[in-house]
Amino acid sequence: MLQVTNLEVVYDDVALVLRGISLAVGPGKIVALLGANGAGKTTLLRAITGLLDVHDGEITKGQITVDGRPIPRKSPAGIVRLGVSQVMEGRRIFAELTVEENLRLGAHLNPRSVKENLGRVFDLFPVLEQRRRSTAGYLSGGEQQMLALARALMAQPKYLLLDEPSLGLAPRLVEQIRDLIVAINETGTGVLLVEQNATMALSIASHGYVMETGKIVLDKPAAELLGDEDIREFYLGTKSKSFKDVKHYQRRKRWLS
Amino acid sequence: MDELLESVVRGLGRGSVYALLALGFVIIFKATRVISFAQPAFMLAGAVMVTYLVGPLGFWGALAAATVLTGLLALGVERTAVRPMVGRPAFVVAIITLGVDIAVRVIVNAYIGNDVRQVGDPWGLSRVELAGLIIEKRDVARIVTAAVLVAALFAYFRFTRMGLAMRAASYDQEAAMAQGVSVGGVFAVSWAMAGGLAAVAGTFVAVGENVDGLMWTIALVALPVIILGGLDSPAGAVLGGVIVGVLQELVAGYQSHFPWLGGNISVITPYVVMLIVLLVKPYGLFGTREVERV
Repeated sequence: MLQVTNLEVVYDDVALVLRGISLAVGPGKIVALLGANGAGKTTLLRAITGLLDVHDGEITKGQITVDGRPIPRKSPAGIVRLGVSQVMEGRRIFAELTVEENLRLGAHLNPRSVKENLGRVFDLFPVLEQRRRSTAGYLSGGEQQMLALARALMAQPKYLLLDEPSLGLAPRLVEQIRDLIVAINETGTGVLLVEQNATMALSIASHGYVMETGKIVLDKPAAELLGDEDIREFYLGTKSKSFKDVKHYQRRKRWLS
Repeated sequence: MDELLESVVRGLGRGSVYALLALGFVIIFKATRVISFAQPAFMLAGAVMVTYLVGPLGFWGALAAATVLTGLLALGVERTAVRPMVGRPAFVVAIITLGVDIAVRVIVNAYIGNDVRQVGDPWGLSRVELAGLIIEKRDVARIVTAAVLVAALFAYFRFTRMGLAMRAASYDQEAAMAQGVSVGGVFAVSWAMAGGLAAVAGTFVAVGENVDGLMWTIALVALPVIILGGLDSPAGAVLGGVIVGVLQELVAGYQSHFPWLGGNISVITPYVVMLIVLLVKPYGLFGTREVERV
């Protein structure tokens, strides 16, 4: 269980961005985390993976545990060793390195079983095997996202944190990435899926959280969230309203012109 | 023709030393985005260590020991003077390295004293005839040593786990941290490497000559070299070093044909090259275009 309890994060000693966040990802579960821009989703992931320091952020309250053990503060490597890997927003692959070098970096703390993990990852992503010697920067957007996923898997994580894996991908590719996330999850990896694409996220998640300005405002099973009126309106956009109805003010009578 | 080729070989020897020095600058720059002006001091320190150690250990033993010791010295400097400044503007850190340079050189100068100190190399100024050319043995030694070191370094960056981590961290520090790479470790290894390279370079500058307090000025030539090769390109540092070295020797060799240029034009050749490069191609031969200028 990846558990976050009452987490408070402050940036630059002044900006309180997370105020008492609690959430849990059970082993082998997919959990979706929804929220608008600036809600603090990425900050939460940074707090979990120990990358706050780079951004002048600090955990001021609360704690994060992985299977009951508290995470080491300010040690991204220690957290990877505990079994938590992250796919960062915008993929962040090493564009100058080859595909295989990217993957070997994912196994930086796990050098003994590189071969075995490469085989496992290439089974999931056959495209990467074909292109293992090419420069990562020349891959297409979808392939780069797969590389980012594969790189995180090289560390054999128990929990995988995904920050907007559908960002900037065509709908067909989003479907493909979704299926891959399900496939990864079926091998027993817990997934925390941070998404703006709520339909995609809730369609595969078992549980969902909704964040707004640094707080968790909704916390329900995914199926219930999919049925929730507010969620439908704000995140799924299923109601196809006429703009006539949206207008909530009366047109004022104008005398001039 | 022989005269030309002999100049080229001398230039290659000189260029090998520049290449090693420039590699140190580039390795630190790639890891930390800072130009370390402490390299001249490490170069001098390495050469002086060799002069003390050569008695008991012999030339190669002393060279190896001095390389390791200077690497450790650089590591110490990084931990104490540079690491606390992480996150500050590159300019601040560059100035700190300037201070470190002066401090280390003052200490090292005390160990030079008034005696003539020599690195005790086996070649001196002896020459060898190779394919009709008269070549100084020390130039051959410089070229071979630099070639071996450069090959080893490039293999290290290409094939080892830590080398790969260093390349990744220089590309995207945060993403590298997310993979579990210790960026502090990368900084440390970079500084230690640069220190070791400076020590080797310093020793081979002093080969056949004396070690004196002014030897450090040779390290300044590494600046034109890295600007020619590109601040963030190790291959550029090597090639730039060789180009500048050969050019300098050619100018020195043919200087008598241009009496109107004065007596020591070869000394300023690297800086003339630097000026031209900055005007025409400011990011160097192999540098990334958006690299910051310091």
